[in-house]
Amino acid sequence: MRAIGIILAGGSSRRMRELSQRRAVCAMPVAGSYRSIDFALSSMEHSRIQKVAVLMQYNSRSLNEHLASSKWWDFGRKQGGLFLFTPSFADAHSQWYRGTADALAQNISFLKTSHEPYVVIASGDCVYKMDYNEVLEYHVQKRADITVVVKHMPETFNVERYGTVQMDGDGRVLELEEKPVVARSSTISCGIYVIRRRLLIELLERCAEEGRYDFVQDVLVRYRGLKKIYGYRMDDYWSNIATVEDYYRTNMDFLDPEIRDYFFKQYPEVHSKVADLPPAKYNVGVNIRNSLLSSGCIVNGTVENSVLFHQVYVGNNCVIRNSLILNDVYIGDNTIIENCIVESGDTIQENSCYKGENGIKIVIERGERYAI
Amino acid sequence: MVVRKEMIAMLLAGGQGSRLGVLTENMAKPAVSFGGKYRIIDFPLSNCINSGVDTVGVLTQYMPLRLNTHVGIGIPWDLDKNWGGVSILSPYEKIQNTEWYTGTANAIYQNLAYMESYNPDYVLILSGDHIYKMDYEAMLDFHKENNADVTIAVMPVPMEEASRFGIMIADEDHRITDFEEKPAQPRSNLASMGIYIFTWKTLRDALIANADQPGLDFGKHVIPYCRNNGSPLYAYEFHGYWKDVGTLTSYWEANMELIDIVPEFNLYEEYWKIYTQSTSNVPQYFGPHSYVERTIIGEGTEIYGTVCNSVIGCNVVIGEGAVVRNSILMNGTVVGRGAHLERVITAEDVQIGDGAVLGTGDERPNETRPDIYRDGLVTLGEGSVVPPGVSVGKNVMIFGRTVADDYPYGWLESGRTLVKEGEAK
Repeated sequence: MRAIGIILAGGSSRRMRELSQRRAVCAMPVAGSYRSIDFALSSMEHSRIQKVAVLMQYNSRSLNEHLASSKWWDFGRKQGGLFLFTPSFADAHSQWYRGTADALAQNISFLKTSHEPYVVIASGDCVYKMDYNEVLEYHVQKRADITVVVKHMPETFNVERYGTVQMDGDGRVLELEEKPVVARSSTISCGIYVIRRRLLIELLERCAEEGRYDFVQDVLVRYRGLKKIYGYRMDDYWSNIATVEDYYRTNMDFLDPEIRDYFFKQYPEVHSKVADLPPAKYNVGVNIRNSLLSSGCIVNGTVENSVLFHQVYVGNNCVIRNSLILNDVYIGDNTIIENCIVESGDTIQENSCYKGENGIKIVIERGERYAI
Repeated sequence: MVVRKEMIAMLLAGGQGSRLGVLTENMAKPAVSFGGKYRIIDFPLSNCINSGVDTVGVLTQYMPLRLNTHVGIGIPWDLDKNWGGVSILSPYEKIQNTEWYTGTANAIYQNLAYMESYNPDYVLILSGDHIYKMDYEAMLDFHKENNADVTIAVMPVPMEEASRFGIMIADEDHRITDFEEKPAQPRSNLASMGIYIFTWKTLRDALIANADQPGLDFGKHVIPYCRNNGSPLYAYEFHGYWKDVGTLTSYWEANMELIDIVPEFNLYEEYWKIYTQSTSNVPQYFGPHSYVERTIIGEGTEIYGTVCNSVIGCNVVIGEGAVVRNSILMNGTVVGRGAHLERVITAEDVQIGDGAVLGTGDERPNETRPDIYRDGLVTLGEGSVVPPGVSVGKNVMIFGRTVADDYPYGWLESGRTLVKEGEAK
């Protein structure tokens, strides 16, 4: 194998509001049956990268639970495997991960003891499918030092939360800006990088000596003139879920037949932890329009333009519109939910009404659960 | 060092189950789909692991490919163990007396070496064709309490149906005094469920002593032998849901029972999960004009039409304007736009053309197997194709990639059997 994989899964996001209290962004449920890290992990699997490290820090319990067995992505191998790295404290000088580069530097032995010549670095909070070997081919062909996967966004797209990239006709990156206030390009970085393993070790060690901790600022931006950085253009679906609005929109994207077909019907398939749930059950008085539902659901009411995750119970005469109902939610009879994201494990009392008036409302209700 | 296993299970999964008709054309009965996403063998295998039995020999003979791929190394049931776990046991060649499995007990006899390697105290004999949830550990406790040599799980059935079963007659201490196979005048209503716990030595001795018996069978030979030898036999009464899905009609009924609001056999209980090999994680999609009522649906299915009172498997597509009622559609079935299905059972990967109507017209017995294809059911074998626009009657069986020319005037009347030789998978 030519490359090892590293998935950056440490981040929290204030823009995820209450949703990030419970879990890491990379463990956010996506598209009914998945978690966001499944997309990067499945891409690693289908790119035949056998050795993958997941670097996590914030709220890592949720991710640990999801990754407790690596067999769902076929990583339970003697050659390679899935490695989970959380900050570990050996002495008084040990630190939390102070940034992405620091997280890599604190686990530099993983890089040093591997023998594969290349490293694929991907962030775990993006929804996409990709064969990293194509990026690797491009990287070799361009004789690049670092290759960044980029995507051209429409002019109207607000790039201020992303890293933007300016490239020349050959694909060489001329300018890189992190979260620019005034954007000079609508081409953004997708947070996927290919780099030679030895070069990465060298750059990380230099960063560590200089007290620099961020991979984008202190490696990519800082070395953009000195090192040959190339942009590999990705044209397929890609979405980052760092804000509530992005998260909501990304899930709703799966109601689009083309996007559903791309992820669910076309090779390769996205893998996730198997939930072992019974088939979804529909009783009388059910009315479902343009919605996705997952196994273990029991539905007695109306569901429109919504995504219901695993094990959602919808009571009689309920109306659920334009909403995401996350895993294991109980919704009592005669309840109306519109423009909401209902948090996992919620119990919604009967005769309730929740409506997002200006934007998406996040519903967190910890009521007593009725015996179903 | 031999690590002793207290109880191991031997699961008889070699039978064809010919009364399921074309559903077992390509696979043994335990591999037939059930309840949307499961296969029949999932129930005894899940019972095993839920009961703490982690060593299971699965005896296969008839059409084992689908069963073997499904069971694999046992990952879905946590039966991928370093010591124990699941093993597929097929008939094998020997220096002398190479033979197929000629009977239930003969199959077990031929695998004495497998059982011996685990040095068990008890052996649990199961069959792979029943739908039920049962704690075999509780049955073992009963076996130990009574110092039994053989414990037979029994179920009280209505007295008028008792003559269809093997009936056990037991005293008030549950000790079996006599038994009768399908008696005309039953003396008891305790039907044998085909589930036995044997004390290992008793089983071993009985099998060796009867090794030369042709078609060695538990009910006919081994159990009578044990009784005649004075071994204590006990009846363990089971009061839960237990369904023999031996015929197409009982198979259809058992599936339909799952769609009740609170079904007698509840798959939604947290503490006794049924595990299966998941083919997909994909959620289900409901189109803008879909309608669904009293139905259970597996992963990855897309519904654009109407579905009522049905059991739908994984990765099924039901086209716009199609109406599916009282039917069982297994994994990968595609129902074309505007098609109408009434009391239809489709095996896996069946395609039904746009506008086709199945299960219509008068009631007439099936021309080839009236005993199997009955009660108005239309049964389609694995990979069958029904062309667009045709009408199909009741009690019909279709197998193969049929085309419009197979339907004179676009019509296949009730009671017909249509098999396209060589074209089905």
